[in-house]
Amino acid sequence: MRIGAVTFPGTLDDSDTARAITASGAEAVALWHGDADLKGVDAVILPGGFSYGDYLRAGAIARFAPVMGEIIDAARKGMPVLGICNGFQVLCEAGLLPGALLRNAGLHFVCRDQWLKVENNNTAWTTRYDANAEIIIPIKNMDGRYTASKSTVDELEGEGRVVFRYTGGNPNGSFDDIAGVSDPTGRIVGLMPHPEHAIDALTGPSDDGLGMFLSALDSVVAA
Amino acid sequence: MARVVVDVMPKPEILDPQGQAVARALPRLGFDGVSDVRQGKHFELEVDDSVDDETLAKIAEGFLSNPVVEDFVVRRVQS
Repeated sequence: MRIGAVTFPGTLDDSDTARAITASGAEAVALWHGDADLKGVDAVILPGGFSYGDYLRAGAIARFAPVMGEIIDAARKGMPVLGICNGFQVLCEAGLLPGALLRNAGLHFVCRDQWLKVENNNTAWTTRYDANAEIIIPIKNMDGRYTASKSTVDELEGEGRVVFRYTGGNPNGSFDDIAGVSDPTGRIVGLMPHPEHAIDALTGPSDDGLGMFLSALDSVVAA
Repeated sequence: MARVVVDVMPKPEILDPQGQAVARALPRLGFDGVSDVRQGKHFELEVDDSVDDETLAKIAEGFLSNPVVEDFVVRRVQS
């Protein structure tokens, strides 16, 4: 079981993501933005940070990186993909997930521990959670306000594709308190908060984030 | 060579907190009478004459703007 963690220029959380993958029992594989090569991984995670300095828009340039062509092809064939923070922004820019992430409504960089509700525990990345589980993991971003057209949000809500919702206060003004969404298959998921920073109570607010990495293991084994 | 200007603006229904912050600052600075501000991006491209309007539209729609949340206008200007 091999899970890739992509590094773009400006990616910050690739080492914590690799550490979380290892903690879940899988082999972490470093993937480089400039290589059109997924090294035979079974799933891919796009970590957080500021790829290409967030120039133009967050994720707008990263989506054209050579590695992204491979990821888009593999994702369309069913490979599980998780985008965290900047990775979520990249997935939206690449059209693998609907909507866009805009500047936080309060115009401040928000960095805090955030409560979320897991509203869909049938995706490739959430099967280890109980239905409607409430988890606390860090959030840290400038552009986290999930936005989509009313018809797109209605579709997401109707199909159970709002995977994570903020509870205990919306940190960025996102539509319907949305923190994370999935594609129609549930194999591609993006969220703004950071599960990879919450895998061990020693260094995070909880170990609630580990479930996402363990869920991916289950989904690959089951496939 | 020609100069092409691409203006990218948040769609009208999209909340623009940066524009709002500018609008709220104006009265504090003594400028009255500005009821709203929207903040966008302005690009100036120097392009060969061989670049047609269709290509410019692709650049504007597929890269310079995000059509989910932004509108764009492309215009050729005197260079």
